[in-house]
This record gives sequence, C-alpha cells and structure tokens, in this order.
Amino acid sequence: MKPRILTGLKVLYLALHFVIMVFPLYWIVITSLKPQKDIFSFPLQYWPKQFTLDNYIQIFKISKFHIYIFNSLLVAVLAAAIVIFIATLSAYVMARFQFRGHKQIMMAFFVTQMLPGFIALAPLYLLMADLDLINSRMSLIICYTVMLIPFSTIMLRGFFQRVPSSLEEAAMIDGCSRLTALLRVIIPVMLPGIASTFIFAFVQNWNELFMAVMFIDDEALKTLPVAMNSFVMKFDVDWGAMSAGTVLSVIPTVVLFAFAQRFIVEGLTQGAEKG
Amino acid sequence: MIALRKQRTYILLSLLPALVLLLIFTFYPFLQGVVMAFQNYVLFDLTNVRFIGFQNFVTAFQDAKFLKAMTNSAYWVFFSLTFQFLIGLSLALILRKPFKGRGVYQGFIFYSWALSGFLIGLIWKWMFNSQMGVINDLLMRIGLIDTRIGFLSDPDWAMSSVIIANVWYGIAFFAIMLLAALQSVPADLYEAADMDGAGSIRKFVNVTFPFILPTIIATTLLRAIWIFNDPTIIYGLTNGGPAGTTHILSSLMLDKIIYGGDYGMASAIGVTMIGILILYTIFYLFVTKSEKVGDF
Repeated sequence: MKPRILTGLKVLYLALHFVIMVFPLYWIVITSLKPQKDIFSFPLQYWPKQFTLDNYIQIFKISKFHIYIFNSLLVAVLAAAIVIFIATLSAYVMARFQFRGHKQIMMAFFVTQMLPGFIALAPLYLLMADLDLINSRMSLIICYTVMLIPFSTIMLRGFFQRVPSSLEEAAMIDGCSRLTALLRVIIPVMLPGIASTFIFAFVQNWNELFMAVMFIDDEALKTLPVAMNSFVMKFDVDWGAMSAGTVLSVIPTVVLFAFAQRFIVEGLTQGAEKG
Repeated sequence: MIALRKQRTYILLSLLPALVLLLIFTFYPFLQGVVMAFQNYVLFDLTNVRFIGFQNFVTAFQDAKFLKAMTNSAYWVFFSLTFQFLIGLSLALILRKPFKGRGVYQGFIFYSWALSGFLIGLIWKWMFNSQMGVINDLLMRIGLIDTRIGFLSDPDWAMSSVIIANVWYGIAFFAIMLLAALQSVPADLYEAADMDGAGSIRKFVNVTFPFILPTIIATTLLRAIWIFNDPTIIYGLTNGGPAGTTHILSSLMLDKIIYGGDYGMASAIGVTMIGILILYTIFYLFVTKSEKVGDF
C-alpha cells in the first residue's frame, strides 16, 4: 500500500475513534442543557434549539446536591491524603531495602488487587457496625484508604525506583537521618509522582459507589455516587436532572485526569513492567 | 550492628501502618467472607446463623440464574477483553509516533478512564433507550434499521449491549499501557532491523511484538480479572435485567447482598469466583509460559 493511502486510513481511524469516544459525553452534556420538552421530542435534537440551565437548577431543588458534593470532596481528599502518607512510607521501604518477607508483602499487595472485593463487603459492614461507624463519613475514609494502600504503594514504589539512591546517601553523609533525607531530598524530587498518585486515589474515592451505598443512609452524609444511585430509583424518567447530575459528577475527575494523565501513564507502566 | 538494628526498626515502623490496616480491613473481612460461604447468613435472619456446609454452593449450582451468570461471565470477559485489546493495540500503534496535537487527542479519547462504571452505565442507558435513545435514532437515520431495537429490554440484545459499553470503557486502559510499552522499545533495535532490510510487518513480528509481549501478557491477565470482578457498568446499565439475563457472577453476588441481604449465598458466589480466577491464572500462565508475570 502507498504510504499516503496508509496515512489517510490512519487519520480516518483516529477520527472515527475520536467520535465514538467523545460522543457519549457530548450527548449527556447536550441533554443536560435542553429544556425538558426538547429532551423528549422528535426528531432528536443534535444541537439544542434552546439552551437552558433549568436541569441544573432542578437538581439542586429536588436534592441537597451541594451537600453531596461537599461530602464527596471531604471523603475523597482526606482518604487520598492519608493514603499518600501511609503509602509513601511503605513504598520507600519497598523500593530501597531487601529484607525477609519483602517478596511476600509485595505479593500480598498484588493479591488484594485480584480478589473479588465484594466478598469483604458484608463483613466490612458488620465490622463498621461493631465500631459504631455506620452512617459516618469516617467509615468511608477508612475503607477508601485501605482499598488504595496496595495500589498506591506499588505505583509510588515505581517512582521511587527511578530516583537514584545516591541522592539520599549523599544527604546522609551530610548528617541527615534517613527520615529527614526522605523528607528533605527525595520527596521534593518525587512530587510529580506523588501528585499523580494522589489524583489517582482521589478519582477512585470520588467514584466509589457500593461501600458508600452500604454504609451511608443519612441524607446529609451521602456522597455523590450514592445520591445519583438514589436518583435512579426515584427519578428514573427525569433524564434532564439525571444528565445534569452526571455532568456535575464527572467534571472534577475529567479535569484532573486530563491534567495528570502523563504522570499516571508513567507510574502505571513502571508498576506493570517491574512490578 | 547498631546501624543494622536501626535500619530494621525503620523498615518495620514504615510498613506497620499499611500492614496493620490491610490486616484489619482487608484480610480479616475477606477471610470472614469466605467462612460465610459455608454459613446460613441472612441479614434479616441473624438469629439463625449456622454452618450448613456446602449447601449454599448446591443451591447456587441448581439455580438457573447462577448458571446463566456463569456463561454470561465468560462472554462478558472474552468479548470485552478481545475488543478492548485489539482496538487499544491498534490505537497505540498509530499513536506511537508523535504528531501535532497528539497530546490533546489522547486527552479526549482517554478520559473515559476517569469516569465511574456506574455513570458510564447511566450514560449508555440513556443512549440505548428504545424510545428516546440516540443510538436507535442514528441507526434509523443511516437506514440500518427501520424499527427501534430494545437494546436493554430485549433479552437477545441486552448482553451484547452491556458488552459494547464495557468495550468502550476499557479501550483507554489498553491504549495507555501498550502505548507506554511501545515507547520504551529501544530505537537501536529498529535501526538494526532496518540494516537487515526488514519491512514494517517483519519489524513488528520480530522486534516490537517480542519486546511488548510481557506487557501484553500482564495487562490481559490483570484486565481479565478486573473485568470479571467488576459489576458496576452492569449495575448502572441494566442492574442484571431484563429478568436476570445480563447478570454476571459479580453482579449477581452484589444483587444477593444489596437486595437479598443473603451474605452466605453472596459469599458462596464469591468463593466460586476465586476458584475460577485461580484456575484461569494457572492456565493462563501455563499457556503463555510466563511464570515470571506472577513473580512480582
């Protein structure tokens, strides 16, 4: 085949793929901006005749949407921050030292990623009930933290392995302890990796549904996914409000992912190749 | 000697928070879940918790819904994985060489990865809608169909529809992973192949493919497990309906927990899933002859 035809085919393929990937998001955004009567009228409008924010106003009226946003933010940010703290400590040790049980601990981290998580869902509920944490945001913060420790450790370990160990050795010769060397010398170099791990953890927390559905019943404590879940039950036909809710729920993660994509790709590949 | 002991203390203290938390909130509940599989453990009947041996498994294997979920799981994993992989690989190969606007393009086609499966389910539920759905509308405009298809309400279509949504979701993962692997192939390997006068197909077969094979094996193995374990798209899209025709094992398990409170039965399904996963992993590593992939 002539190179130019080949290039043409490639461009066509990329364009087709672009349309297929972007269209669903486009469609939900467009639906959320249509007046109620246009959502359910024929022929379907691929470009609204009329734009309105009614659906967005509606969703704040029928629910405490701002509270759900606040709850989601609080839980997602706190859990991600705690994960970063704990996983940085363990990832550094796993990257720099060989010791007895090293391999087994690494294996344990990987195994948690492969288990069907729902087996633990019911016992976790009972455990939370024993700790008197049902209907509290604390239950979610704990569970999200634990859920993300293994993967974040694996990811951060990949980043640590790329920082030459001569860096902290030099600092230690200058009189730093290992911990201060880690804090003062290594962490600053690692910031892009830490930021992307944080964003990854945040996105996971922001999206988590089933634990939140199990643990949270109180209207004032619901996170966004739980609220969307109860919308489906209550307002299954109100696709205007559902679309608006979906758009509001995806904005933060889409923006963050666009920002951190490059770092996450690097971190993941490192994790996949070297483990 | 003192330094060594100090180092050991440092290692121990650093790992302690992670290991303690995992022990309490992952491994302990998990083991408890496995025990539950052999118990009559129903949330609404907690006074009647007792060991019943393999009864939950017997009941499950006699249940048509469970058997259907087994075959559905196989379809779900096989077709989702195959198409995600093939499309992801083709994209990665095209995107390997830099071109103007590549970064922006990747941002647009990879965003699906940042969404939750549940919301993706909702979005596709709206698009697949038999009355107002845009997919029916588009197909009719092109002239491919003349009556609307009940993508999610017609049992013949429902399973294919959820798989389509899942393929859409997972392409980005493979494209990202394979792209990263392709970019790490050393340039001098291609230079050597050029000197030998290899064409582009020869180069792919002899240089590119062997180099990215470990990534391919690791990603397809892991991804198959995740697809098998994750019910969120199905939950958002059909919730197993119509009449249980789109349940896979993990969504059926979730169904037993959320709607039935039947932890015993849910755990039995979960233990069955672990059994399948172990067999699959062993088989996979044997076929691909790569024991090393598991050697993290």
